[in-house]
Amino acid sequence: MSIDLSQFIPSFLEESFEGLELMESSLLNLEQGDDEAINSIFRAAHSIKGGAGTFGFNDVTVFTHLVETLLDEMRDGRRSIEQNDVEILLGSVDCMRLLIEAIRDETDCDTTKIEENTKLLEKTLAIEESSAKTEGDSNAETSSSEPNQGISVWQIDFVPEHHLVQTGNDPLLIFSALAELGEIIVVAKTKELPLLNDIDPEELYLSWHITLTTESTEADIKEVFEWVEDECLLTITQEKAIIDTPQDDVTQQDEASTSNTTIPEQQDLAKSEIKSAKATDTTQSSDKAVQKPKAETVGSIRVGVDKVDSLINLVGELVITQSMLSELGTDFDISKIERLTSGLDQLLQNTKELQESVMRIRMLPISFAFNRFPRLVHDLSKKTGKDIELILKGEQTELDKTVMEQIGDPLVHLVRNAVDHGIETSEVRIANGKPAKGTITLDAYHQGGNIVIEINDDGGGINRQAVLNKAIEKGIVEAGTSLTDNQVFDLLFEPGFSTAIEVSDISGRGVGMDVVKRNIQSLGGRIQVQSEEGKGSTFKVNLPLTLAILDGQLVRVGTETYIIPLITIVESLQTQTELINRVSGDMVLYRLREDNVPVLPIYKLFNISADSEDVEHALLVVVEADGQKVGLMVDDLLAQQQVVIKSLADNYQQVEGISGATILGDGSVAMILDIPGIITAALKMAQQTHTTRNHQQAVGVIA
Amino acid sequence: MTKILVVDDSNSIRDMVSFTLKSAGYQTVEAVNGKEGLDKAQTEAFDLVISDVNMPIMDGIELCGELRKLSNFKFTPILMLTTESSGDMKQRGKSAGATGWLVKPFNPEKLLATIKRVVR
Repeated sequence: MSIDLSQFIPSFLEESFEGLELMESSLLNLEQGDDEAINSIFRAAHSIKGGAGTFGFNDVTVFTHLVETLLDEMRDGRRSIEQNDVEILLGSVDCMRLLIEAIRDETDCDTTKIEENTKLLEKTLAIEESSAKTEGDSNAETSSSEPNQGISVWQIDFVPEHHLVQTGNDPLLIFSALAELGEIIVVAKTKELPLLNDIDPEELYLSWHITLTTESTEADIKEVFEWVEDECLLTITQEKAIIDTPQDDVTQQDEASTSNTTIPEQQDLAKSEIKSAKATDTTQSSDKAVQKPKAETVGSIRVGVDKVDSLINLVGELVITQSMLSELGTDFDISKIERLTSGLDQLLQNTKELQESVMRIRMLPISFAFNRFPRLVHDLSKKTGKDIELILKGEQTELDKTVMEQIGDPLVHLVRNAVDHGIETSEVRIANGKPAKGTITLDAYHQGGNIVIEINDDGGGINRQAVLNKAIEKGIVEAGTSLTDNQVFDLLFEPGFSTAIEVSDISGRGVGMDVVKRNIQSLGGRIQVQSEEGKGSTFKVNLPLTLAILDGQLVRVGTETYIIPLITIVESLQTQTELINRVSGDMVLYRLREDNVPVLPIYKLFNISADSEDVEHALLVVVEADGQKVGLMVDDLLAQQQVVIKSLADNYQQVEGISGATILGDGSVAMILDIPGIITAALKMAQQTHTTRNHQQAVGVIA
Repeated sequence: MTKILVVDDSNSIRDMVSFTLKSAGYQTVEAVNGKEGLDKAQTEAFDLVISDVNMPIMDGIELCGELRKLSNFKFTPILMLTTESSGDMKQRGKSAGATGWLVKPFNPEKLLATIKRVVR
């Protein structure tokens, strides 16, 4: 039977990456004498090595072996934990990741880094070429130490200790293993057998004499007894060689033929041979596995058993409700209406719980996205020479897997920025009366149906004037424009804006804050900045918990129902005549406290008919995107509910101003409004037709 | 049907062992660490236990010792999955009551051949 090992590779890769993350985070927090941490690092390396060996990834095995050796020395106290070693181990984790990523992507790995690190490890371990040589030698020996020495007759005396069977060993199975090597004659010796009354049924009183005719070597025979060698007296004697070997390997044969010793004396030899036999096994199995690596394109998700159990429970309840309702339906009359209502209530409850449970399956703690940051900050602070402490909070806050995967890069960018532009050098900090060590805090928490991720630094804050000057220089805003702090900070997200005078190695990677913002928006989220000069900055990222379900406000315009994502809504209000300001033509601005908000009638946008086209006493839903507010004019506010998003592009085609659709309770289709899209389009339109100063002010920075 | 308890914290190895055993007609029950293995052993009987050594929460050596304390595991074969680097693990496994060991890395053929040495 042959088993295709490649099917287990995705799972090996997954657990290896997890292991590497664990190694990395534990290494970053490693303190002298923390046995549990060093043990878990060792265990992770050990598992990766074991898996790599099993699935035939030799380069991983060889490299990880070095790492493991170093860890082993730290683990049993032969080596104290030096910062330098930790750095080497961190570098090694990177190398292991490179190697494993190469397996995943079926590409070749850049070996220079691996080689460099191997040298470092070897130097640290003070084993240089000699060890590599020994390994090679032992392998070479293996291949020649298995000579066909012809058929011999072996006399074996096997006297087990009485308790042998209590370790689960079974003499009969040992004999059948021997029988596989050749022809055997087994004679049981019963002289030690006590009288029936004295027999302890859990003890073994027999011993055996075996005559084995085989081609196998003494080592092969010893391997059969390997597990019981300490619990028996074993004598193996070669009686005669029936067919002489044609090989010149006489010495070995001589050694074998004269051997008449008990196992313990020969233990070392036996062990070493078994060891080398395993080594050949490895290479064989690796060859097989390497031939056919399979790429896994379908992502997998690991789900806790409790989550699956709760799903099964809920489905069980759903089935009960369904059967109750269908029973009710077969023989229904009006007197049963109460039972019907309660049944439907139950169905509603079941569905809701089921939906929540299914969503929960896709939810992972945000630590999956956070866990890369300790290393990142560690490396960055070394590179920049800044002393920085990273604090992670709310790591157990759960977030949809897809959102998590896409938020990783923007977060990295924000953290890099915090290190690079936010935190000052220790000297500057001390001069400003701050602690020398800077702090970056990552915090995640749930707020309503959203997750909020805050990236806070206690650095210098954003220099308002520098940002403004830069924006003017780049032509993003006109000189003399008066802007609020928030509007100034929003300039950071404008394409082509970068406050760093020189593009640095750390944050200047060709990706600007505009991309960060775009990524966050494409997830249906938003980003805000708060900053106080001299005290620090906070970037606040607001994301929906999931991309599949949206909290929406249902609104009616004429006969149509639209859905406005709740996250975009600032407030809803009824217009007051004195606050309406008709600028020119059909452009209407509404005075909302200190803002002038352009009014956008939905009926005009989609060219449908509304109940009322009058702006006075109309209902406005004020929505915000890109720091820009508009008032959507609707006929009626309906319910707020969670809707399941159906892609319009998949089912029909992309429509401007619409981000998707959903099916409502009555079976009708409702469009979900794409608020950022609508605002951008509306402002562009407005800008083309109007250039009055008034409007300029309203449109502000977007111009 | 021969029922085997497979204890390993590595999903891939556990899957591989379990899949190989099932393909060969054995019935398997899986556990991710010694503690879970022990819990399962307390509620059902097995013909063989295959356990990794290095595991969080409860390692294979401790599991082995605990199993031998259970009356219905007194004679049950217990195989430890060891690696070459853990040389004295074999010895420690034996003193905890393990029947034998299988050295990693191993392939399915080797696994099945080894199992034949402990179950009929």
